Amino acid sequence: MKEIMTGNEAIARGAWEAGCHVAAAYPGTPSSEILENVSRYAEIKSEWSTNEKVAVEVAAGASLAGARSMAAMKHVGLNVAADPLFTMSYIGSNGGFVVITADDPGLFSSQNEQDNRWYAPHAKLPMMEPSDSQECLDFMRDAFGISERFDAPLLFRVTTRICHSKSVVETGARVEVPIKPYVKDPGKTVMAPASAKRRRYFLEERERRLRKFSNDCPYNWVEWGSVRKIGVITSGISYQHAREAFAELGGSVSFLKLGFTHPLPDETIKKFASEVETLYVVEENEPYIESFVRQLGISCVGKSAIPAVDELNSGIVKRALLGAGEERAYGVDAPPPPRPPVLCPGCSHRGIFYEIAKYKDVVVSSDIGCYTLGVMPPLGVADSVICMGAGVSAGIGFSKVFSMPGAARGDGSAVKKVFGVIGDSTFFHSGVTGLIDAVVNKSGMALFIMDNRTTAMTGHQDNPGTGRTIAGEPTCRIDLEALCVACGVRRENVRLVDPYDLTRVREAVREAYDAGDIYVIITTRPCALIKDVTRGRENVSCQVDGDLCVKCKVCLKVGCPAISLREGAVEIARMMCNGCAICAQVCPKNAISKVGEFND
Amino acid sequence: MTDGAVKSENRLGAAGGTKSILLVGVGGQGTILASKILSEGLMRAGHDVKMSEIHGMSQRGGSVTTHVKFGPKVYSPIINEREADILVAFEKAEAVRWLGYLRLGGALVVNDYEIHPLSVLTGEAAYPAGVIEMLKAEVPNMIEFDAGRIASGLGDVKAQNVVLLGALIQGMGLGGIDWEGVLADLVPPKLLDLNVRAFKAGAARFEGADTNLKSKA
Repeated sequence: MKEIMTGNEAIARGAWEAGCHVAAAYPGTPSSEILENVSRYAEIKSEWSTNEKVAVEVAAGASLAGARSMAAMKHVGLNVAADPLFTMSYIGSNGGFVVITADDPGLFSSQNEQDNRWYAPHAKLPMMEPSDSQECLDFMRDAFGISERFDAPLLFRVTTRICHSKSVVETGARVEVPIKPYVKDPGKTVMAPASAKRRRYFLEERERRLRKFSNDCPYNWVEWGSVRKIGVITSGISYQHAREAFAELGGSVSFLKLGFTHPLPDETIKKFASEVETLYVVEENEPYIESFVRQLGISCVGKSAIPAVDELNSGIVKRALLGAGEERAYGVDAPPPPRPPVLCPGCSHRGIFYEIAKYKDVVVSSDIGCYTLGVMPPLGVADSVICMGAGVSAGIGFSKVFSMPGAARGDGSAVKKVFGVIGDSTFFHSGVTGLIDAVVNKSGMALFIMDNRTTAMTGHQDNPGTGRTIAGEPTCRIDLEALCVACGVRRENVRLVDPYDLTRVREAVREAYDAGDIYVIITTRPCALIKDVTRGRENVSCQVDGDLCVKCKVCLKVGCPAISLREGAVEIARMMCNGCAICAQVCPKNAISKVGEFND
Repeated sequence: MTDGAVKSENRLGAAGGTKSILLVGVGGQGTILASKILSEGLMRAGHDVKMSEIHGMSQRGGSVTTHVKFGPKVYSPIINEREADILVAFEKAEAVRWLGYLRLGGALVVNDYEIHPLSVLTGEAAYPAGVIEMLKAEVPNMIEFDAGRIASGLGDVKAQNVVLLGALIQGMGLGGIDWEGVLADLVPPKLLDLNVRAFKAGAARFEGADTNLKSKA
């Protein structure tokens, strides 16, 4: 049957058709919809894992037990999971084992632009790279079998444009694959030094066998032009851009389209290169294929012409390789206002940031999530954002230094306190270990756990604090307050606060600021976009009494997109407002009031 | 399509016979749903279709773009600058932002609707004045459209995305596809009636008209 699917939907479909039994993931753009779609197939046991390392380990255990298993994550998630990934390469697979990395060229929603293809040679893993949704399905369907045949985890590498583009896909049926027998074999699966060293030799031998497979497999192919003049080696989405860019040259261009990209097919590349006059390597970001081609002693044009930075498209390829010039484009002289992402109306983070922003002698170590947006004006709350969990641990480091004599800001002013900011899902992901570190090493920082009862930025996935599994079943809800106390934070230093209650927030921030030892504030309002929350508050909103308003604009300082200044008058858009009333609480003239009734 | 148009497409590098529609708007306007409906219908009519969207932070009031390309065979899902045959702007400042993506001679459909970002709401930045007039002066093939008013008249301003879609499809001469069937499959049942009415109201705008969407795109 023909369907139009995103790459992520097609990957899920391919896993299902392959008879996959177990799937685990931690959400992260652009990968999140892979597991969301997998979880709709009842035959596959799916879970949101606490983090990517856990996801890979869950899938690893399932593979060793004999099941076809997969783990999915965004590119930076693979850094978190690199530890089990590298050693699972030694252990190999029993049931087929596929790890999906979804990279983000162009940094549409990521903190860096790493090209995870390098992981494959580094960890010595077979790698596949689909170039559209059909290949996502087809390659995924075959990936488990390749993993089983070569006793290796397989790295399945996609990018934002593959994950989030829809194209036409022919689907098939599920093949039920029996769970393979589990046989205890410590020499293969207990990676103590002696056994690991034996497997280390196995890796080299496996690489040789995989290289031969790469030369013969149906995932690497040549599309010959009518004359063998220009040759283009390419893979993944870059293949699509290259095909489009070279369309006007017609039959003088031939393509070596690579879908199995570690090990790269040396013989195939040599043969292709020998039959064309000019050789181009068209790839997005790093010179991954080009480096290998050059290692083979073959000269080619690649990154000397095509930029390594940012997302690729056919226009860039044409300008770089075909010398296409810039033509006149339409344009009008009226710069549109920028639309940076902002905290939503009713966001449960706003009140906390409004109060933190009042402290000028505080450094804020923030983290990855919606609350990263606290850095935007007018709130401006974040000094650093590094990676998942660093909101806590980098805060420990900041705090250590600012307690040393001589440490100060460039203008000489002292930093009196360090606040860490982290979301609920991110805290479970990798903040807990930082908090234990903070307690044991007597850090004086304070931590704000912005618990909005969901993984908001990636689209509302469940996490250990929501009390639901990915299948929607009720489960244990991890109690953040009890967890912090169990980590060693003194019970009187853990404070729950409703972030819509600005008076309580103000008191809590003050207490955190004044505390001598580690202090934790946990917010208690769910994300305003959670369906039940939106429904419950849809008839509630704030309104401005024009007679009382003195146009002091203090309410505009809370940074709410529902509040506007139109021709000198402050207005609140009723459609957008959910009546959180942060603005009403900052108004010095009590000119803003909440109207409407809550729904049950 | 005339020979001239084919040549000009080759010159601009689109794969043979491929048409490109760039839909732009602001997070929450329903550009992605409109693009999904369009892509699904085009696939059912036998075209190769690719649709590409960038989301993730779009729910937070950001600029949203979806690229729809269709024809006998589509390669890259991305529409480059100066390559869109049709630019559909759900919000008029977004038309300005993405105007450089429209090919010379391409058609621009603009919803006469404003959404102010935070910087404008707080008075720090100004929303550009006279956008519609400037666009008209720059782009010969421009159609302005008050989909917000039409949708409000039907009972929900949020249906303006499907009003625009109905107009676009009628204007492109694609009315022969079973769009109601596509709507029924992609829209929640309780909103189906509203969306069908919105689609028809949009289509009525170009009923029997020889639009520049059809002849030039």
